[in-house]
Amino acid sequence: MYAGIATGTGVALGSFENILAGNYAAPYDMVAARGGEAEIMFEKAIASLGGMKAYVKKNQTVVVKPNIGWDVSPEKAANTNPKLIAKIVEHCLQAGAKDVFVFDNTCDNWQKCYTNSGIEKAVKDAGGKIVSGKSESYYQEVKVPKGVKLKNAKVHELILSSDVFINVPVLKSHGGATLSIAMKNLMGIVWDRGFWHKNDLHQCIADFATFRQPDLNIVDAYRVMKKNGPRGVSVEDVVTMKAQLIGKDMVAIDAAATKLFGLEPANIGHIINAEKLGIGTTNLDKLNINRIKV
Amino acid sequence: MYRYLKGIRVTLSLLFFIGITFLFLDFTELISTSVFKGITFLQFVPSVIKFLSIGGFITLGFLVILIINLLIGRVYCSSVCPLGVMQDIVSFFSKRFRKKKFRFKYSKPHNILRFGILGVVILAILFGSISLLSLLDPYSVYGRMTSDFARPLYILGNNVIAGVFEKLHLYGTYVVDIKKVNWAAIIIPSVFLITITWMAITKGRLYCNTICPVGSFLGLVSKVSLFKLNIEETSCTKCGKCSFACKSSCISIKTQKIDFSRCVSCYNCVSSCSTNSVKYKLAWIPVKKSKSIITTDSGKRDFLVKSAVITAGALGISNVLKAAANKGVKLIPYKKKHLVSPPGSRSIEHFSNKCTACHLCVSACPSGVLQPRFFESGLSQLLQPHVDPLAGYCNFECTRCGEICPTGAILPLTVEEKKTTQTGVVNFIKDNCIVYTNNTACGSCSEHCPTQAVKMVPYKGKLTIPEVNQEICIGCGACEHACPVNPYRAIYVDGNTVQKIVKKPESKKLEEKEMEEFPF
Repeated sequence: MYAGIATGTGVALGSFENILAGNYAAPYDMVAARGGEAEIMFEKAIASLGGMKAYVKKNQTVVVKPNIGWDVSPEKAANTNPKLIAKIVEHCLQAGAKDVFVFDNTCDNWQKCYTNSGIEKAVKDAGGKIVSGKSESYYQEVKVPKGVKLKNAKVHELILSSDVFINVPVLKSHGGATLSIAMKNLMGIVWDRGFWHKNDLHQCIADFATFRQPDLNIVDAYRVMKKNGPRGVSVEDVVTMKAQLIGKDMVAIDAAATKLFGLEPANIGHIINAEKLGIGTTNLDKLNINRIKV
Repeated sequence: MYRYLKGIRVTLSLLFFIGITFLFLDFTELISTSVFKGITFLQFVPSVIKFLSIGGFITLGFLVILIINLLIGRVYCSSVCPLGVMQDIVSFFSKRFRKKKFRFKYSKPHNILRFGILGVVILAILFGSISLLSLLDPYSVYGRMTSDFARPLYILGNNVIAGVFEKLHLYGTYVVDIKKVNWAAIIIPSVFLITITWMAITKGRLYCNTICPVGSFLGLVSKVSLFKLNIEETSCTKCGKCSFACKSSCISIKTQKIDFSRCVSCYNCVSSCSTNSVKYKLAWIPVKKSKSIITTDSGKRDFLVKSAVITAGALGISNVLKAAANKGVKLIPYKKKHLVSPPGSRSIEHFSNKCTACHLCVSACPSGVLQPRFFESGLSQLLQPHVDPLAGYCNFECTRCGEICPTGAILPLTVEEKKTTQTGVVNFIKDNCIVYTNNTACGSCSEHCPTQAVKMVPYKGKLTIPEVNQEICIGCGACEHACPVNPYRAIYVDGNTVQKIVKKPESKKLEEKEMEEFPF
């Protein structure tokens, strides 16, 4: 039943060690929660996975990567829910994390994104550290040996230096990638996104997913932008779905989120490509999913 | 009282200088836009232009300057003008590095040159061009130097510090990438920087009394000032200290006269005099009209010839650059009819007639999208900023440039107004588009579009391709910035000659329904 995870974690961890991968046998492959506030769903879901202690050990450094791509307010759902981020930071610190860093390589002006998304304040209030992702000097060249089109990328140093990597995408529509979920969110930890767009976007997203699987993916589907994504035009693009997914396998979690959105994983290029690369599975029936109604 | 004059001048001048300099240096948006307005309120040329452009109480800074000038002389030049204070600072420090103690001495006024330049500047304005005024306005000259040279150095300094902290995993400070440097446009500020620094080191305030049109104009006003500095012949010992201390070289010991039209009210003479002989004296006896404004044809000709030479040179350079970019590229080239002016600048006509190219907006723009032009839009828009999608794109929620523009070239917009103000329109070249050429997904342009004037629509199979709606495009340049195709984009914004109000993008509320079961 952990087959999905095993394939995922086995892939290309590169030069750094993922301390936790493989060590912890989670009771579920994935947790799906619905019907509550984002922070409440998170607390229930993480508890069922053994709490944040299972993922963050004392004195470890954690990097949390939300989507903070756009200079819009939380209601527009272009960015991850700030309340969820605050709760995650809080849990990491309670588990004994030395530092919890939060950043994104934003599209809009980064200071404005950080402020107006509400995430900067949420992180600071929770005791985490919000960091700039907007200077090439923070990014270091890495190889992507399993990549088909994408052979190397410049990755933010915090992703390379932190012990634990928590990926917190928001589920939303996307004009180019159809949907933006966990794998697509990793575009925010690399510098040269233009290359991806120029060289088969769906393949590059899948290629980069071979580089480092996050230790945890938490998909925010509390508010979901159904159209005009990823930036959105107004709150009228958004529905309140009140859902959340937590899991390790990015392919599985993207597949589940796609179904939440109302589409089929088989129609999303990068999910198919990633499954072919052996990053994870779209066969949700084979997974042990804990479904929670809050 | 006289003892304190110099101290007051020095204090005031440093306050203004540091304030203005920081406006141009700061990249953290630390300073609110109302402080910007307060600090630039008294800048003479911007204030006059703003008064003529929009009027109102907040544009009367120039009147304050004129009144003070009519009372006690060119206080603007000594304390308010950042370029003037910069020259004082340069000569103050250059003194320290000289073997002989640096002394000034009296020189005759260069009346033909200074009033000639002033005359040509005024003539040019009467003929509808403020280009020459913009080029010489001391506030704008200083702004360009600070924005184009000092600011990058300031950011570099920040980056060194932030880089050290970063190594220690301290992220309170951050590294800032310098977006783009328009090397061609830096030529002019460089020439000014070198010339003025050299003049300040060797001759004190020579620039202010030969080239600066504001200095010359205020000098004319000084001729009819109510109070003028004067040497009391009875107590004066002709020791010459005042003349040595005079940055304007306007005190003649031989005749014991001060040429008040060149005096920049620095009060060095007052404090240097051991017998307290330099004092203000009521001068309410109208001065005979001897020379008013003298315009010289030769000066004008010289300028025209020079500007023609510069123009030709510049065009040559830009043509070479274009040729290099074109080599070996199969992309379909395009030529923008107009560059995009900042939102709130109404029209090319309004903007080109009001902007003195001080580059305050270039410094203050949080997105770094405002970049100086060179000759791309001709002489009339020399060094004026434009929305440059290669450097960034105009943030949908931001109205900062209009709020801080000291001349009214960019007028303030509310956020709501800005969101429907069309500065330019989008154009899509399908033949250059990745989706068309590579048959792979992209959508970078549409992704960044705040109004969905660029929308992805079904193409082949699962692919989508951009479709543009010029009706709701505001010209922010996000699509052009994000398009990964080089050197010619698949999508670009062409500037409007007149900025328009467009419709807000329509949207319908989606149906909400509660999830009953997980769909997996």
